[in-house]
Amino acid sequence: MNSRSHYDVVIIGAGMSGLAAGIRLAHFGQRVCIFERHNAVGGLNGFYSFDGRKYDVGLHALTNFVRAGVKGTPLGKLLRQLRIERDAFALCEQRQSRICFGPQGDLSLRFTNDFAVLEAEVADRFPAEIDGFRRLVAKVRAFDDVALDAESVSARKVVAECLRDPLLIDMIFCPIMYYGSASPGDMDFGQFVIMFKALFLEGFARPRDGVRVILRVLLEKYRESGGERRMKCGVKRIIVQGGRASGVELDSGETITANHIISSAGSEETARLLTPPSASETVARTPGDRLSFAETITILDREPADLGWGRDTIVFFNESQQFHYARPSERIDVRSGVICFPNNFDYGPEDRLPEGILRVTCLADYRQWASLSEGDYRAAKTQGYQAMQVSAQRFLPASHSALADVTVATDMFTPKTVERYTGHLEGAIYGAPTKVRNGRTAVENLYLCGTDQGFLGIIGAMLSGISMANFHVLAKGG
Amino acid sequence: MTKDEVKQVVLDIIADIAPDEDLSNLKPDVRLRDQMQLDSMDFLDIVMELRKRHGIEVPEADYLQLATLDSCGEYLTPKFNALASKG
Repeated sequence: MNSRSHYDVVIIGAGMSGLAAGIRLAHFGQRVCIFERHNAVGGLNGFYSFDGRKYDVGLHALTNFVRAGVKGTPLGKLLRQLRIERDAFALCEQRQSRICFGPQGDLSLRFTNDFAVLEAEVADRFPAEIDGFRRLVAKVRAFDDVALDAESVSARKVVAECLRDPLLIDMIFCPIMYYGSASPGDMDFGQFVIMFKALFLEGFARPRDGVRVILRVLLEKYRESGGERRMKCGVKRIIVQGGRASGVELDSGETITANHIISSAGSEETARLLTPPSASETVARTPGDRLSFAETITILDREPADLGWGRDTIVFFNESQQFHYARPSERIDVRSGVICFPNNFDYGPEDRLPEGILRVTCLADYRQWASLSEGDYRAAKTQGYQAMQVSAQRFLPASHSALADVTVATDMFTPKTVERYTGHLEGAIYGAPTKVRNGRTAVENLYLCGTDQGFLGIIGAMLSGISMANFHVLAKGG
Repeated sequence: MTKDEVKQVVLDIIADIAPDEDLSNLKPDVRLRDQMQLDSMDFLDIVMELRKRHGIEVPEADYLQLATLDSCGEYLTPKFNALASKG
């Protein structure tokens, strides 16, 4: 099985975007195969097993959550397009989250899946800014964020037309950038709108068993629809003849021909696959620093709330009044970051996770991690882990016990880990700073989906695959 | 096929595409888009499902013909019948 040598569509990468594109195409009768170099699906939003535990990669929370009956939002579009029932994802809502700035995080804005909470917090802490904040929200609501050919506008500039207090501006940018900005300092307003809606106007949720629940649903749907996939089967080259991609060569040397190729590998990563290499000159190259992160996972012998850490689901922290979102000058920038407690989603009165989990994410510099020798790398991880826990705990209520005394297991990944498992250059979680919204490349039947197409978050990733499959293959009649 | 049968075909497709919409009170002469949350992605899906399930082709220039249930009936019934007569 799965040994055909020609497909209507070849998809590179079995992450969220590739799987979603595959479902659409297979549903409408296209012969489609997804090729994935890794042995597991999920890409930037996967999971792995280690020492008998399953750990999520990427997913803190699914953003874009809306309750049943709320229409016209990305989650609803996604479910319709993939013919997936809402209940299949088994989403449980966050309890509450917070953005906190200052050495101990005293300047804080709380938010939940009810937007009125954030609005009231802004009115309370920044009374002079509430009118401007409402104007900004109106702009966000009115913006057409799904246009595939929109001009890029500075988000900082648009926000500054509404808000004056630099502290409030940075407090709003902090979660938005952490959850989706591929570019340092500023971002495209269209991207800002997508994230503002995803985080604040919509909200956070999570399946009790994490990202694997979503992946399982996608895989099942893909298989039912007749899609094929080949795992541990990387694409080594994309063969270009006369401006068209004729097919791909796999790591094994086998050649597969295809009418269309959709790549979720990233724009630069895809360009590097093109053979002859001169063909890569025709693909939009995406210069600029790629941003990456370090993430730690600490398994606790009790719930975070039982340590005195409260019920917060996600905490975005920054130790000063000014937020710096950029490639750090040191290996990890612990001045700001994100704390996630997967335990603090509302799983219902009877249901809880079997163990406590503390996750911390901070900006990290790929180059400094990549240049370390094996021994130094391990030592740097140990040191980085400690520094991140110390930093993060400044923004939590004092714990009843020392973290080390309640820690059952820990793990950590660095930009190097991300690059190794996902193939994304420099471990760029959100891809290159420049996005290719229409997914086009100069190779006429080769398209991009995923992070470098530029819809953000897990829901965005899936919508990216859907949109590119619709726009480039299905709408053209296959 | 009668126009009513064709309208039912379209309703069945919409029910599968948008299971979260209430289709029980749709007015046949009012634009579908004004009665339900249907966007261009959903309209593309109606067209795609017509092709997949019934072999009916709707060129992009004719998408407006699918605006209401009545116009769907008018536009699609001859197509269904032409297909049936070809056997």
